[in-house]
Amino acid sequence: MTKDSDPKAAAKRKMAREFIGIIPHAHALGVTLTDIGEGSATLTMPYDLRLVGDPRTGVIHGGAVSALLDTCCGAAVMSHPEAPAGTATIDLRIEYMRAAKPGQTITATAECYHITRNVAFVRASARDEEDGIPVAAASGSFTVERPTKGGEA
Amino acid sequence: MSRPKPEPVQQIKQRRDGALKALVSGVPYIQFLGIQFERRGDELSALLPFDEKLIGNPFLPALHGGVTAAFLEVTAIIELSWTLLWEDMESGRIDATALDPLHLPRLPKTIDFTVDYLRSGLPRDAYARARVNRSGRRYASVHVEAWQDNRSRLFAQGTGHFLMPDPGSND
Repeated sequence: MTKDSDPKAAAKRKMAREFIGIIPHAHALGVTLTDIGEGSATLTMPYDLRLVGDPRTGVIHGGAVSALLDTCCGAAVMSHPEAPAGTATIDLRIEYMRAAKPGQTITATAECYHITRNVAFVRASARDEEDGIPVAAASGSFTVERPTKGGEA
Repeated sequence: MSRPKPEPVQQIKQRRDGALKALVSGVPYIQFLGIQFERRGDELSALLPFDEKLIGNPFLPALHGGVTAAFLEVTAIIELSWTLLWEDMESGRIDATALDPLHLPRLPKTIDFTVDYLRSGLPRDAYARARVNRSGRRYASVHVEAWQDNRSRLFAQGTGHFLMPDPGSND
């Protein structure tokens, strides 16, 4: 699009990083952004007893993993060089492959693999500290919010 | 032939409310989000009272998409667990008074969950109700709807598929 995509991309990444920091729910979950690229993001969520879904096993609730994946997808969209001032989820599908190991940090990575004027398409997965198949996979579509005229984004 | 004498209403309520409490109160994540369940007969309604920590976009402000997803998923899985529990409880196959969060029958597991975000979640209370569309021996399909001010203006809906607990294991 524009020639000065480098500083622009850097600014986007900075914005995405700051944005994660001020999301109250991301803060409540203990989520931190560990890496962000051009249309990709990595977030971690440490094990927390408040997020347990099965008190007998100590396994984290699927809903908390969904919240982490949704946040991660949103961050990936925001970090895309062609992207937007903001984004909102249109649709998100999560597949739960296995229970996360109790006590382990969950790491989500998302990639915004295609973006149009209006829609961003994202894939993501969540892993605990074990090798092998991820805990969960996600795919979703997100809105592309354009800055309003004269606005700063 | 006369019908058997109906159970006293307090006894019925105590049993059903006790079983619901056992299902909900022992799950830390449900408490973390602050989700409550109201019961009328076998019908459940979920309530998510607004809280600052549920916000995803502080500028709008709007509920976090992940909170919406989790609210729908919790409602779906509790509804499905409740319908499974209900039959056993009402037929007397299990003693509902002996249930507590650590002594529940095995619960269904989520296979997948899809959320359709219809409008942004406003910073106020949200409600949800789920419907079990199919409940087979191995799989179940559950649909769930969430709204805020108007029952007919949904802000999100979802469908989940669940793996049913193995009837053999009851630990």
